[in-house]
Amino acid sequence: MFAFDRIKKALLVSAWFMFLTFPILVIRINPVERIVEWRWINMLLIGVGSFFLSFVWHYFIRRKEMGARRAETGEESEAAPLAQRILKNKKIYRPALVVAGIFALCFPFIFSLYQTNIMISALIYVMLGLGLNIVVGLAGLLDLGYVAFYAVGAYAYALLNYHFGLTFWMVLPIGAGLGALFGILLGFPVLRLRGDYLAIVTLGFGEIIRIILENWNEFSFGPSGISNIPRPSLFGIDLSVHDATIYIYYVMIGLCLLTIFVVNRLQDSRIGRAWIALREDEIACQAMGIDKARTKLTAFALGATWAGMSGVVFAAKTTFVNPASFTIWESIIILCIVVLGGMGSIIGVIAGALVLILMPEYLRAFSEYRMLAFGVVLVVMMVFRPGGLIPNVRRIYTFKGATESGKGG
Amino acid sequence: MDYFLELFLGGLTRGSIYALIALGYTMVYGIIELINFAHGEIYMIGAFTALIVISVLTLMGMNTVAILVIAGVIAVIYSSAYGYTVEKIAYKPLRNAPRLSALISAIGMSLFLQNYVLLAQTSDFLPFPNLVPDFEFMEPYAHIIGSTEIVILLTTAVVMVLLTFLIKFTTIGKAMRAASQDKTMAMLVGINVNRVISVTFVVGSATAAIGGVLIASHVGMINFYIGFIAGIKAFVAAVLGGIGSIPGAVLGSFILGWTESFATGYVSSDYEDVFAFLFLVLILIFRPSGILGRTEKNKV
Repeated sequence: MFAFDRIKKALLVSAWFMFLTFPILVIRINPVERIVEWRWINMLLIGVGSFFLSFVWHYFIRRKEMGARRAETGEESEAAPLAQRILKNKKIYRPALVVAGIFALCFPFIFSLYQTNIMISALIYVMLGLGLNIVVGLAGLLDLGYVAFYAVGAYAYALLNYHFGLTFWMVLPIGAGLGALFGILLGFPVLRLRGDYLAIVTLGFGEIIRIILENWNEFSFGPSGISNIPRPSLFGIDLSVHDATIYIYYVMIGLCLLTIFVVNRLQDSRIGRAWIALREDEIACQAMGIDKARTKLTAFALGATWAGMSGVVFAAKTTFVNPASFTIWESIIILCIVVLGGMGSIIGVIAGALVLILMPEYLRAFSEYRMLAFGVVLVVMMVFRPGGLIPNVRRIYTFKGATESGKGG
Repeated sequence: MDYFLELFLGGLTRGSIYALIALGYTMVYGIIELINFAHGEIYMIGAFTALIVISVLTLMGMNTVAILVIAGVIAVIYSSAYGYTVEKIAYKPLRNAPRLSALISAIGMSLFLQNYVLLAQTSDFLPFPNLVPDFEFMEPYAHIIGSTEIVILLTTAVVMVLLTFLIKFTTIGKAMRAASQDKTMAMLVGINVNRVISVTFVVGSATAAIGGVLIASHVGMINFYIGFIAGIKAFVAAVLGGIGSIPGAVLGSFILGWTESFATGYVSSDYEDVFAFLFLVLILIFRPSGILGRTEKNKV
C-alpha cells in the first residue's frame, strides 16, 4: 500500500515537471526565421527522469529527517564519514600524503604542457577557495564579491608592470597588500550588516569594480584589457613558454602550501577562534569580549590577501587580463568550491576545487552543463549535506578526570 | 522641459517595472526572511514563456490583442508554477536551517534556472514583438510618452490595487500578515503557514511575470540574463523602501527609477548599473531599515 502511494506521488511529480518544462524545453523558437521547433523527446526524458528522481529525493529527505530525529533523542549518530576515518588513521593518511606530494612534484614532467596549465588554474582556485574559506567558512560572512580582490591583484600586476616595469616577484606582495587594503575598504561600510544584506552589498561591490574596469578606459584600457604581461622570470633569466609554465606550476604549489599552512595556523589561533565564535553567535561572541569590528575586518583583509596574490599569478599565467574574467559568476564558482568541499574544512576546500575545476576540463562533452551542475550542487549540498563532502570536525575536548570523579561521587 | 518630462515619465515606467518585481522580494522576505535570489529568474522565465506563446500563436495567425492577453495569462501561470516549485525544492527543506544555507541554496537555484533557459533555448538576444497598438489619442504626446509606457503604468496601478485588496481584505491576506508577524503564533491559531508561504511565492511570481512581459515588449529584446540585473535592482528598491513593507517597495522602486532615469539622462549612461549599487550601499550604511521599514530589535 505504501509503495503504491509512493508511485502515485512520483507519477504526479513527473506530470507536474512535464507541464512545468513544456514551453521552455519542448518548444524552441527562432523569431528571425519564424520557425517553431517541437522537441517532444525532451518531455519524455523529463517525465521519466523526474519519476525516478522523485524516489531518490524522497529517500534522502527521509534519511535526513531520521538523522535529525536521532540527533534530538541523543542517540549515537552514524559512524564518522569515510573521509574522516581515513584522515584520522595515520597508517593510511601519511603514505597518502607522501604519494600525493610526489605526484604533485612530478606532475609537469609526466603530463603535457596543456595538463600542467589546467593544473595551474586548479591550484589558483584552491588558493581562492582557501581564501574565501576564511571569510565564509570560518567567519560566516557570505561574500559574493570575492572576485573583486582577485581582479585587484591581476590588474595590479598588469598595470604596475605596464607603467613601471615591476616584475612578478615585486608585485606579488604588493598584490597581496592591495587585496588586504581593498578587503578593509569593503569591510568598513558593511560591518553593521547582517548576513543577507552583506551578501548583496559585496555582490554590488564586485560588480562596481568590474564596471569601473570596463568603463574607465584611461586607467584600465576598458573591455579590451591589457595584453603582453610578462611571465615570471627566474632570477632575471627569461624562460621559454614551456619552462615558464612549469615554473609557475611550482610557484603555485609553493603558494598553495603556504596558504594551507597559514590558514591552518590561523584557524587554531586566537583570531581563528574569534571568527568561529562570531559565526556561531554574534551577540554571545561580543558578550565574551571579542571586538566584533576588528574580527570582521581581519577576516575580510586576510581572505582578500589570498585573492590578491592569486590574481597576480593569474595575470602572469594568462599574460592577459580583461574585465570579463572577473564577473559575479566567478565569485559564485569559488563559493561553490567552498560549499561543496565543506565550509571551514581545509582538506574539503582543496578537494572541492580540484573536483569542480578539473572535472569539467576532462568531461569536455558536458562542459556546457558546467554552470547548470554548479547550481544543482549548491542547492543539493545545502538541502542534504550542509557540512560539505568532507565536513570540518569540531575539536572536542574530553575531560577524562571529570567522568572518573563523577563515578566516584 | 519636454526632455525633463520625458525622463520623469521614463523613470516612472522603469520604477513601475521594478515595483512589480520588488513586490515579490518584499513579500517573501516579510514572511520567511529570505532573499529569494531566484526571483529575477522567475521574471525572466515569465518573459520567455510569453515570447514562446506569442511565436506559436503568431504562426497560427491570431490577432494581436488576443495574443498579448493569452501570452500574458500563460506567462503568469507558468511563472507562478515555477515560483511554487522553487520554494518546494530549494527553500522548504531549509526552513529551520541557518539563514546562510537558504541564501546559498537560492543562489544555486538562480544559477540553475539561468542555465536551464540558456541550454534549452539560446544565449542570443531574441527580439520580442511589441504588440501594444499605438493609440490614436496619444499622438500629440508621442514624443514624451509611448503607448506601451501608458499600458505599463496602468497595469502596474491595477496590480497594486488588486494586491492591496488581497492583503488587506481577504482571509489569505490576513493569514499572510499574521505569518509575517510571528510564524509560530500564526501556526498556533490554526493558520497553515506552509500554504501561506506557497501562496506568497505564487503571488510574487505572478506579479514578476506581468513585469517581465511588460518590460520585454517595452525594450523589445530578451535573453536568459535579463533576470539577474533586474532582480538585483528590484531588490535594491525593496531595501530602499524598507524590506518587508509593500508600500515601501513601491516607493523605493519609483525613487530608484527616477534616479536612474535622470542620472543617465543628465550625467552618463556608462555607469547606469553603478547607481543602483551605490544607492544600496549608502542606504544600508545610513538607514538599514529603509524609508518605510521598521527597525528590528535583536532579542537575546
